[in-house]
Amino acid sequence: MIPAVETASPPATVSDPAHADSPAGRPLLSVRGLVKHFPVRGGVLNRVVGKVHAVNGVSFDVGRGEIVGVVGESGCGKSTLGRAIVRLHEPTSGSVAFDGTDITRLKHADLMPFRRRMQIIFQDPYSSLNPRLTVRRLLREAIEFHDVVPRARVEGYIDELIAKVGMRAEAKDKFPHEFSGGQRQRLGIARALALKPEFLVADEPVSALDVSIQAQVLNLMMDLKREFGLTILFISHDLKVIEHFCDRVLVMYLGHIVESLPCDDLHAQARHPYTRALLGANPIDDPDQRGSRPLVVLRGDVPSPFDPPAGCAFAGRCPLVMDRCRVQRPVLEPRGGRQDVACWAVGP
Amino acid sequence: MLLCCFAAFLFFEERGLAPVTTAPPILSVRHLTTRFRTDRGIVTAVDDVSFDLYAGETLGIVGESGCGKTVTSKSIMRLLPERTTIIDSGSQIMFEGINLATADERAMRKVRGDRIAMIFQEPMTSLNPVFTIGWQLDEALKYHTDLGRGGRRARAIEMLKLVEMPNAERRIDEYPHQLSGGMRQRVMIAMALCCEPDILIADEPTTALDVTIQAQILSLMESLRKRLGTAIILITHNLGVVAQVCDRVAVMYAGRVIEVAGVHRLFHSPQHPYTRALLDSIPRAGRKVYGRRLPTIEGIVPGLFELPTGCRFSDRCSRSQPLCRENEPRLLPVEGEGEAHLVRCHFPLGGPAPGPVALTTSVGARP
Repeated sequence: MIPAVETASPPATVSDPAHADSPAGRPLLSVRGLVKHFPVRGGVLNRVVGKVHAVNGVSFDVGRGEIVGVVGESGCGKSTLGRAIVRLHEPTSGSVAFDGTDITRLKHADLMPFRRRMQIIFQDPYSSLNPRLTVRRLLREAIEFHDVVPRARVEGYIDELIAKVGMRAEAKDKFPHEFSGGQRQRLGIARALALKPEFLVADEPVSALDVSIQAQVLNLMMDLKREFGLTILFISHDLKVIEHFCDRVLVMYLGHIVESLPCDDLHAQARHPYTRALLGANPIDDPDQRGSRPLVVLRGDVPSPFDPPAGCAFAGRCPLVMDRCRVQRPVLEPRGGRQDVACWAVGP
Repeated sequence: MLLCCFAAFLFFEERGLAPVTTAPPILSVRHLTTRFRTDRGIVTAVDDVSFDLYAGETLGIVGESGCGKTVTSKSIMRLLPERTTIIDSGSQIMFEGINLATADERAMRKVRGDRIAMIFQEPMTSLNPVFTIGWQLDEALKYHTDLGRGGRRARAIEMLKLVEMPNAERRIDEYPHQLSGGMRQRVMIAMALCCEPDILIADEPTTALDVTIQAQILSLMESLRKRLGTAIILITHNLGVVAQVCDRVAVMYAGRVIEVAGVHRLFHSPQHPYTRALLDSIPRAGRKVYGRRLPTIEGIVPGLFELPTGCRFSDRCSRSQPLCRENEPRLLPVEGEGEAHLVRCHFPLGGPAPGPVALTTSVGARP
């Protein structure tokens, strides 16, 4: 099903044995020191007056078949990270190796085979589907461009896809506006899957949906993940959804990963004060927990990514802050067997 | 059976809905029906909604988009466009002896903002971008109090301090765009509370905010309620928020109230299959579901133009019987619970939280 891709450029991987748990021994995706800054222009000459530090040196691996969650509040750089990985944003520096090949410097033509292998679905199903194309044409366009199946089989393949995402065959001749939010998200998933990708970036795929529809779409994604052996980078602001859906979670704060740990360990093992604050700020599930689990209220707001603080980005809101935190930025280091933490206050 | 229903109906009409205290409710909504004129004909967005709000309590109104929770609150405030809105003549929104459903605009102005205040989901769109926040706080005080200019400014600063706005003296002269989302919501709360209203209606106040900011706003609302004794109607789709702050909850579905209960009772012994399914379908902290599949509710919320006859949930309900499709159930007391727990279902679930409701969990709902 998946084409063997011959790549022009030599593989440029940095292997990291800590999380390289893919069967082939090599992670499917390997991100190293990824930086994305957006220039900010201003003044009469419209010169670059500064930059927004959206992603600030992020490194991690995603093993084949793994679901890795990225959680953080708005402006933490999680969406930029997802887009930079599939090169919808050109990274400022750093590397993204996909299946052993550094794709950050590939030319357009060389990138094409990778575009097909890595797809992205977006939060807003309303704006990510062309309103003037019927579902049939939306899907056909991508399938024919990438020659996913022989021309004669395209129509049958479209039927198959629509059934896979749990929609009726009549949907083919409708326009995006004729569907509800949940159905549109199903279409977004169908379009991403049409290319038989190995890797999917899901950028807040269920955040715009009602609770009952959210569960439907999450279940669908889980089924398709199993069926196609997908590897998923799942971006969300909702820690409960991440915990339910993912194997491992990366916690981002102001462009940095502050903690990385398996979702099973989240409640018991999370050590970064920001991760703990996120867990504590989530509303309780049961009114009986009111006394036993008081809401953790973190003071203040996230600092501006335009002018990030010199030391630890979280220092201004951190309950454990020390002098060192304000001057020196902690690096992400292994703490215990399965987790990495970037914090001076957390011992090894 | 029918007689029994009728007797129960009379009983519950007499006693009022779900009193937790013996004091009379400060707001009593009965048979509220709100319709809209649209290009496709008249549509009923809120249909025969009844509930009570008691002094000092937080009542949650929960439901998915389009269930009528916002229309209910805007009907109470009479903030819906008059030309296209019809509030049925049988509707009663009793507040201090006035029926807000039929009150004239002059009477409404005395109530709105002064006695009943409202905050909205998106604070940026509800604040005027061309005036400072001080000016906007002053406007409400000018209208509703006799304070002089200096007194009003002092009061505005005091209100900003009350909502824990850092540097209130400086912030008062800033414009809305200079504030973060959480700060703007604090300003909205300060504006809403500056006349010390009896009731605060909060329509998805934290939905647009990050979770750490949501925690700040929720704990602020909670402490203000305790301090000022304001009753709160909290409209939300987030059951976690309900679990965190509400005392009682009304669940809405397709324009109807389908269940009303105390928050503990609702979470532990929901009687309506929809409430139960909604509670089951949210991922919970530390709860691993086998195979990571969540129980789902098949299908989608029916459109207001294609409501099923009979129970509005009947076509998505795993327990529905022929009776459900023919006859719409009434909102009636749950056996043994009296008015403290009301449900609109022919076959309520009974017993405290049985095993998971047999909800179909096939790949996807085929819409």
